[in-house]
Order: sequence, then C-alpha cells, then structure tokens
Amino acid sequence: MPSDPALSARGASIGYRDRAVIDGLDLNVPRGAFTALIGPNGSGKSTLLRALARLQSLSSGQILLDGRALATIGPREAARRVGILFQGASAPEGMTVSELVQEGRYPHRSLFGRWNRADEAACARALRLTKLEALADRPLDTLSGGQRQRAFVAMVLAQETGILLLDEPTTYLDLPHQLDILELAGALVREEGTTVVAAIHDINQAARYAAHLIVLKDGAVVTAGPPDAIVTPALIEEVFAVKAMVVPSPVDGRPLILPLTRAEREDS
Amino acid sequence: MSTLASRRLVLLGLAVALCVSAAWSLTVGTIALPLQTIVAAIIDFDGSREHLIAATVRFPRLLAGLIAGSAFAVAGAIMQAVTNNPLASPGILGINAGAALAIVVALSVVDGGAAGVYVWCAFAGAAAAAIVVYAVGSAGRGGATPLKLALAGAILSAFVGSLTTAILIFDTASLDVVRVWSIGSVEGRSLATIMAIAPYGLVGLAGALLLRGQIATLSLGPEIAAQLGQNLAVWRLAAAAIVVLLAGGAVALTGPIGFVGLFVPHAARLIVGTDYRWIIPASALGGAFVVVFCDALLRAVLPDRDVPVGIAMALIGAPFFIHLARSRTARRPL
Repeated sequence: MPSDPALSARGASIGYRDRAVIDGLDLNVPRGAFTALIGPNGSGKSTLLRALARLQSLSSGQILLDGRALATIGPREAARRVGILFQGASAPEGMTVSELVQEGRYPHRSLFGRWNRADEAACARALRLTKLEALADRPLDTLSGGQRQRAFVAMVLAQETGILLLDEPTTYLDLPHQLDILELAGALVREEGTTVVAAIHDINQAARYAAHLIVLKDGAVVTAGPPDAIVTPALIEEVFAVKAMVVPSPVDGRPLILPLTRAEREDS
Repeated sequence: MSTLASRRLVLLGLAVALCVSAAWSLTVGTIALPLQTIVAAIIDFDGSREHLIAATVRFPRLLAGLIAGSAFAVAGAIMQAVTNNPLASPGILGINAGAALAIVVALSVVDGGAAGVYVWCAFAGAAAAAIVVYAVGSAGRGGATPLKLALAGAILSAFVGSLTTAILIFDTASLDVVRVWSIGSVEGRSLATIMAIAPYGLVGLAGALLLRGQIATLSLGPEIAAQLGQNLAVWRLAAAAIVVLLAGGAVALTGPIGFVGLFVPHAARLIVGTDYRWIIPASALGGAFVVVFCDALLRAVLPDRDVPVGIAMALIGAPFFIHLARSRTARRPL
C-alpha cells in the first residue's frame, strides 16, 4: 500500500433512515492504480462510490481526498478532481454525443463560462479515447447501449479528473464492449497515471484488470490487497456464499475463480 | 453549414421576423396608419390624432406584447429545463393563476394603486403558487413527476381561478377593468404602467440570458448536474427567482397569456436542438414574435372588435398541449 492514498475513508458510516448501508468503513485507494470494488448486491458498492465522489453525505466519519476532508472541498473543485460514471445514466432526448461531452467541462468553466481552447482539447481527447469521433454529431438515443455508455465515459473523461470512479461500467454490455471499457480504464492508468476505482460484478474480470481489490460485504471492507494475495476459496465462500475453486490463470497467473456445480460440491 | 452557423441564422431569422411583425403591428387597428406616419410620429411628433394614436395606443401595445411574449416563453423554457418536464410552463403549473389572484386581491383592497405596487403582489402570488405546486406535486411516491406537477398546477389554477372570479363577481367596480385583463390582453396599457413594470421583466430576461449555461447544465437532470459539480440548490433557486420575475411581471403587465410559455420553448427546441444556451434566446425572440404577430393579425382580421391575444394563444396552445401529453405518455409514463 502506497503511503499517500488518493482517496481514503476513515470510519465512514452512511445510513438511510435507520438502516446503515455503510458502517464504520476504513479504506485506502492507491494512487495511480486500477482498484476494483467487489462484493454481492446490496454490499454498499454504489453508495460507497457516491460518497467518494462527494455525492453522498456521511452520517459519521470522513472521506479524505489527497489527505484533505472531502466535505470541506466545494462541489466544483471536487468535480475537477473526481469523476464518476453511474450505471444507467441518461440524458435529455435528442442531445448529441458532442453536446454531452462538452457538458463535462462544467467544473472547469467560470460562472458565465466562455468556451476556450483547453475545453476544445479536452473534448477532442475524450472523443478520441472512447473512439466516438465519427459519432460526435449523433443524438444519443440513436446509439447502441455500448456506444451510449462510451459517450457517458467520454463526458467524464472531458472533466479531466485524476481520479475516475466507475459504478458497474460493464453491466448491460456484451463481452466485447465490456472489454473495451476495461481496456480504456487500464490504458488511462498506465499512460496517464489516472487512479481508477471500478465496481465490477465479474470477479475474474476484476482480478484480471485490477492491481488492487477491495472486497465489500454488508457495508464493511472484508479485505483488500492484490488479487493473487487475497482471492481464496475461503474468501469467495465468506463473501458470496459460493463454493469455488481458485486456480492461477494460464495467461497471467492471476487468480481465476471456478464456481463448483452442486454435484462437485457434494463430491468434495 | 456548421451547427453553430445554422443556429445563429435561426436567431437572426427570428429577429427579422420580429422586427417586421412589430412594424406591421404599429400600422394595423381601428384606423390603419401607414408606416410613414409611424416613422413621423417617432422623429417629428406633431400632436395630430394619428401621431397621438401611434404614441399612446400602438407603441405601448407593442411594448407590452414584446415584453410579455418574451417573458412567458423564457419562463416556460426555464421551467421545462429545471424540472426536466416537457409539460411545464407558467400557465400549466399555476404560476400565472397565482400572480393573477394576487393582483385582483390587491386591486379590490386598494383601489387605483400604482402599477409598481401591483407588480410586487404578482411576484408574491407567483412565488406562493410555485411553492404550493412543487410541494403538492412532489408529495407521495416517485417525487415530482411531470404529470403530477401538471396535475397539481391544474388543480391550483382551477381553485385560484375560482377565487379570482369570486372576487370579481362581488367587486363589480374592478370587474370591467380586470375582465379583459384576466384572459391576457395587450390592449389599453398606459406607457406609465409599462415603464413601471418593464424593468423587472428586462432584469429577468437579462438574468436568463446570462445564466443560460447554468440552466443548460440543470436540464441534464439532478444526477448529472451534481456529478459535474453544479450546486443544485443555488442554481435552482436562482432559476426560480428568474421565473417569478418573468411570469409575475408579465402577468402584471398583460394578464395571464396562457400557452406561450408551453409551446414556444418546444418550437425552439425543434429548431435549435436540446441545448438551452440556444433555446433561451430563441424562446425570447419567438415568444415576442408570436404574441406581437397574433395580436396584429387579430386586429387586421377583426378591426372592429378588440379580441384579447390570450384567446388566440389558447386556440393554438390547447391542441398542442394535448398532442404533447399524448405523445409523451405513449412513449413512457409521466
């Protein structure tokens, strides 16, 4: 664990009414690395990501951004430093890809916001990285699900934040589009030193792309660390209540999870 | 042609159409005045009957139409942006009815007060109606959905409208003054009245144009606006204040001209796209054009009867509202 995490939580609790979704959670997000957040549905992944983006207030504890309490940072400054992609985001009917991407410049613009060269360059880069240049003038509602997801990724990239939070970026996408998004996130980490935190359902994909895993269950961190150090059959059973075999992947040696069938479970 | 150039061309075309219909509106009426007489009345006023008509009847009428048309249309555009609601407008959501009731109450309590006083009553009435409709429309499950807000607005409009009528029935003195006004008319405004109210409308329009970028970001919906770092509470409040200034001021000036605030922003969206940085100026020009043109057309077709322009707007707007509600509900529940 690097000594200066990009984001960290200290005793963070979040509750809706009387139910605690996140309860006294501590975590560190390593700077310039790909972190995957895994855990069953309802474990608090989305809520945690919202809190890390300053979109969800804590009932107690705090979130630190570069060591500074996130709550003391204004919304615009926070949006210049942390970008978030929601699952199932939607935009007004008829809006084009480039119009959506240009909105990503909001936190960088002054009150009456004149458009400048830096804005232009950031949008061009976002469209290039997401391979959307040819679709820039198309209305979002004429695109496929994967293209639309890339358009929202492009909007977040136009924010030019050092930290990128992705809430289940691959859900509802077919395999090639899932890999597109994960490859893009990986490239941003390698080439630009971006800090990525992605909630990912598929544990094998998470272990394959992320250098650091944070495992969440019932609003608390079960364990965190490099995939090959923490992913074990015992962990999978504890967190997901699934019996599985864990083998090193023949491609890169990272852990590969093979859930057992009922017959195999009864055999063992 | 680039999108930017074509959008500029649309605004230019609207400005030209507005100037032409403004000039035409000065010439038509009970007595037709040729354009030369109008020009002469401006540059070389000689006190003749024609010049007096131009200066005291036609010009005030044109100014009232320009300001109210712009104000209602821009107020509607802002409301549609901020509530993400295609059915929103100052008429549908009861803002106009609230402002109208406040003015009628003021008129029946203090007879013959200055227009500068009534306009503040209109602001108070508009703001109170906005708060009530939002509170009622967002109660219960699912929050402030478009249809619930429209229903709350319709209920408030009906209730407040009956109160307004009741006051008018018992107070026959103000009935005649207010009867024509309550449907929305640009007729018979004195220049003094317009000068007392116009500044508020112009401040509202200037605010809407200056903040059109913020309004455009609000129109992306609360989720995206918040993730981009927009301070929702601050900008929603600023937008609401502008709507109250525009709709309240326009109601004080011409009475509640309905539907301009609904269909002009939609027409603007069809022409310039979904970006409110363009919809707002297009609505300002388009709203002024529609009201001034329709008022002139009514006078040209029916020179002997002064038909309030609000009636013409209702004839155009009501079928449009039905179409909009039907096509939207067919695609997804409101």
